[in-house]
Amino acid sequence: MKKLIALVLALTMCLGLLSFAFADDAAIKVGIINLDPSESGYREANVNDLHAVFTKENGYDASFVTAPTADKQLDAFNTFVNDGVDYILVSAAETTGWDDALASAQEAGIGVFLFDRMIDCDPSLYLAAVVSDMTKEGETAVAWLESLGLDEYNILHIQGQMGSDAQIGRSTPLAEKAAADDKWTIVAEGTGGDSWSEDEARKIAEAAINEGKKFNIVYAENDGMARGVVAALDAAGITHGVEGDVKIMGFDCNKWALRLLLAGEWNYDGQCSPFQASVIDGMIKTLQAGGQIEGLNEKNQYINEEKGFDATTITEEDVNTYGLGE
Amino acid sequence: MDKQKKRFWERMGIGQLIIPLTALALLLLFNLIRDPGFFEIVVNINNSGNPVLGGNLISVINSASELAIIAMGMTLVTAATGGQDISVGAVGAISASVFIKTLIGMGEVTGWTLIVAVLACIATAIAFMMFNGTLVSVFKIQPMIATLILYSCGRSIAYWITGSATPQVNSPIITAIGMTIPGIPVPTPVFMVILVGLILALIFRVTNTTLYTQSVGINQGAARLNGIHPTAVKMLSFGLLGLCVAVASIIATCRMSQVSHKTLLVDIEMDAILAVAIGGNSLGGGKFRMSGSVLGAYIITMLTVTLLAMGINSVNIKAYKAVVIIVIVAAGSPVIKNRIAALRNRRSVSEHSAVKGGAAS
Repeated sequence: MKKLIALVLALTMCLGLLSFAFADDAAIKVGIINLDPSESGYREANVNDLHAVFTKENGYDASFVTAPTADKQLDAFNTFVNDGVDYILVSAAETTGWDDALASAQEAGIGVFLFDRMIDCDPSLYLAAVVSDMTKEGETAVAWLESLGLDEYNILHIQGQMGSDAQIGRSTPLAEKAAADDKWTIVAEGTGGDSWSEDEARKIAEAAINEGKKFNIVYAENDGMARGVVAALDAAGITHGVEGDVKIMGFDCNKWALRLLLAGEWNYDGQCSPFQASVIDGMIKTLQAGGQIEGLNEKNQYINEEKGFDATTITEEDVNTYGLGE
Repeated sequence: MDKQKKRFWERMGIGQLIIPLTALALLLLFNLIRDPGFFEIVVNINNSGNPVLGGNLISVINSASELAIIAMGMTLVTAATGGQDISVGAVGAISASVFIKTLIGMGEVTGWTLIVAVLACIATAIAFMMFNGTLVSVFKIQPMIATLILYSCGRSIAYWITGSATPQVNSPIITAIGMTIPGIPVPTPVFMVILVGLILALIFRVTNTTLYTQSVGINQGAARLNGIHPTAVKMLSFGLLGLCVAVASIIATCRMSQVSHKTLLVDIEMDAILAVAIGGNSLGGGKFRMSGSVLGAYIITMLTVTLLAMGINSVNIKAYKAVVIIVIVAAGSPVIKNRIAALRNRRSVSEHSAVKGGAAS
């Protein structure tokens, strides 16, 4: 028996040495599965952020895979499990169909983190999910609007892809407020469609203006569509921004949009933070040091802290820190 | 009497356009009854202090510009190849990326850098369309399959070119192209449609290109035996479609002063094909009328603007649009046309026999 234990110990040491020899400084092996960076400015920033955090200098041996569809993502996932990585990070293209893959990772002792997108499965199958709360984004925006204390709120509401998380999260608080408060009216409503099209937004705004509808707030569910509406306002000679008649609200915090905020042409931009890498990095470091991940809710979620920027208080520094893209 | 009427239509050269013209007239009539205010045209002072025309009708002719231009090119490809190019939106995204990248790369936007960027944009679009054209005319691949390649990867190529999600360029020159030139209240895109229309009219009215295109579309073999080079004719049609796509992509870029490879000219291929069909052109190739397709483009846009003006949420617009389009397309279908012709014949025959019967008694 003693001999056996000794043998096992010796073997583990050998293996340990071997692995030391191969992975030079015991780097933590992570496999990161993301969506295509070309999807949006948001995704681009998200991918760049992960690349910036999971570096060799930071103690990681990271492999990156970007795939737009769930089946390719699952292939990559299984490859990572077979390679025996320490952790897998996933931003899933689809919310379902992951149970078997996640279970196999758990069996192999691989910790899985979800980021940005949730998966419909038992929360015990992943260590933590670092995600945005879209409804909170909408609530933050509506609370900001309310804080303006206007006499009446006549809103032109441009929705995103109907049924998407972001659209539901950003529309619902506004719809509820408009239903509850007589001073709040949604004078026109339309969607930019599945691609959140700027031009569709412009057409909706143009139609509202042509019909003589009076609105003093534009609530567009992303920056691009807010830009489309502003093009229509400019053409019709309707002033907007801090000094103007119509308040412009956008989401996503693209750098160009925050610059427009800084210039006073827009009024508000709600953040949808793509920066989850450092949070996950912190969690992994805690686990490696033998600690426990804290601050998760009952669904094992860690909700990203998100801001809303006001044109009157935004600074150059905010633009550079929180702005996405160029 | 009927014959005379028919001859009158033919002499006017409207034959094929009866259905789209009727549809347009009905749409206008519907709006007139619904709300005469629809036709109101106002002069606004835009935020740069220049007068600009506004109103639903202006929205229609302005917003339809990209579609009208691409529909013209689509008509040619349809006529020559008997198939459709579904990559126009994606190729538009590529050429727009080249356009904006060239402008950004050269720093300041001036008349000269603009000309360089426009030429680069046109060259790119034509090159990509020639790729489609080669697959179709040399390799004899069905147009829809051949263009499926760029349809699915074109927007990724556009992203490689732009290198970021939404490159922007801010300049009064760009706004002048996308919106209005200071001092001229009519939106600039409208002039671009006229310009492209004139160029194409020049090519097709002055030369024999119309005849060549139609004969290749109707019967390639016969055309070749008569000394027409089908490959050259098809390549020409794709080349011209490339030109149209380039101009449309420039308009779309300048409207927003930015290129978003995901949304630029998104879904325009389907509307363009629809415009060709509404215009009374056979999607199987052969005879064609570009004016019909342009009319089709304005009908589609008028329909959208009407529905938006009625306050219908844009979520539901596609469904309403579909209903109207089914009616228009069905009215132009051979089955319905033959039925109507048969009905007319029967009536004239019965009239004849009635007259004869009267004479006998």
